[in-house]
Amino acid sequence: MSAAEPDATLGEPIIEVDSLVRHFGKQTVLNGVSFKVHAGDTFVIMGGSGCGKSTLLRHLIGTEKPTSGSIKIFGQEITGMKADALQKLRGRYGMLFQSGALLQSLTVAENVALPLVEHTPLDAGLIDTVVKMKLEQVGLTGHGHKKPSEISGGMKKRAALARALALDPPLVFSDEPTAGLDPIMTAVVDELTQRLTQKIGATVVVVTHDMNSVFRIGTRIIMLGTGANQGRIIAQGTPEEIRADPDPAVQQFINGDPDGDGVDDTGELLYRDMLLRKL
Amino acid sequence: MEAFRQYLALCGSLLFWLFVAPFRGKPWRIGHTFAQIVRIGVHAVPMSALTALTIGVVLAMQSAAQLAKLGATVYVPGLVSSSLIRELAPLVTAVIVIGRSGSSVTAELGTMKVSEEIEALEVMAIPPMSYLIIPRFLAMVIMMPLLAVFSIYVGLAGGWLISHYSLHMSTAFYVTHALQYVELRDVGIGLLKSGVFGVLIVTIACSIGLNVSGGAEGVGLATTRSVVVSLLSVFVANALLTALFFF
Repeated sequence: MSAAEPDATLGEPIIEVDSLVRHFGKQTVLNGVSFKVHAGDTFVIMGGSGCGKSTLLRHLIGTEKPTSGSIKIFGQEITGMKADALQKLRGRYGMLFQSGALLQSLTVAENVALPLVEHTPLDAGLIDTVVKMKLEQVGLTGHGHKKPSEISGGMKKRAALARALALDPPLVFSDEPTAGLDPIMTAVVDELTQRLTQKIGATVVVVTHDMNSVFRIGTRIIMLGTGANQGRIIAQGTPEEIRADPDPAVQQFINGDPDGDGVDDTGELLYRDMLLRKL
Repeated sequence: MEAFRQYLALCGSLLFWLFVAPFRGKPWRIGHTFAQIVRIGVHAVPMSALTALTIGVVLAMQSAAQLAKLGATVYVPGLVSSSLIRELAPLVTAVIVIGRSGSSVTAELGTMKVSEEIEALEVMAIPPMSYLIIPRFLAMVIMMPLLAVFSIYVGLAGGWLISHYSLHMSTAFYVTHALQYVELRDVGIGLLKSGVFGVLIVTIACSIGLNVSGGAEGVGLATTRSVVVSLLSVFVANALLTALFFF
């Protein structure tokens, strides 16, 4: 099989990103990012702090506009999309924010019910049942009546996941779903994510720097670089391909080494030289 | 300058959601509006009442002290009623509403902005304009004139306290003289003023709140700015409206 031929094991492309560039002032945060996410994938975007992975996700959900490049979701170009059309498209995906982003003025159950109340003709009784089901799935049975301020960070995240899944969307974005969770809750959230793709056939895009999660749930992975490779994809492929990647920056990230190309220590060396010269 | 551009953008979007969107199957959210009416308007009633009462009392005392020198205390009721209806009730109500409702709108929206709640609404395909801004706008525009009317009544009662108990006027005398110096037009302009103040307060509060950046510190700064800008705009607008209608 030649490289240009599409891989027969992949589903149809759900997200197609081509040459995405984003500048903030003089700073280039995304620098020519291109990739495709296929149906049924759990697509992981990983990379160090400040590599632009959250910014990339914001472009995918359409809350940030790129400097140049193209983003197609379900085959529709979203970069120049009108508000109305974007609104319609947004009904087809769910998003789990890093902080949860639950509405503080509503209870947990009302938060989960919100997309159902807004976008479906279901009556209150049915919505109530769906909400209970979703809360049960994320292990929050009996916490529905509480306000977000009354529950822990991990519970907020799971409630937000329940809200993102309320409409059973075919595409789910997830920003650091396991950050700040204990190992057991991390496994629970990972399992939920896996269940989404395996049982419901959803496509999931996850931004994370938790290596356990990456290899537990990822079916395709891209890694964004920092420093000189800021905003570029420095590695992509299946979990096996990423593990076997010869790039030292990738290996350093996977193994969590403090020294290596992935850490910018030029400043430290400079100061050391200055000190030595003064002695 | 950037802030002014954001303000104009909000106003444009507000016009769309007020007058165009309801005809495209996106009606105003009445339930949310009532909730905001209670928060923005009804909860401001006790404070407005106390302020208006003291203003009425002070107006009567000050004018009585001056007019007594001319032996013309009969003009006290008219002075109280015309200054309350034309100027003070709308203005004082606006100051109260800026302090307790405008600031809270900015702080609430700002906190929602920094905690990604507004972005979450957008991603859930729930337009923040329709879900958050329109109910607050309608509540403010409905409640400001009502609060002003209420303040006029309470302020007149304050004037009556002094006129009746200190200047020994009968209630009937106070009421007839208070009404003698104002026309229906004055009441209409007073209410128009408070409507304009309401629009200014809520649009400024929302625009600044929605554009908060920089975490808790940003929310604090935005709330202060919202109060300052609203106060200045209301005072300037009041001077312009007075010049336009009464001068």
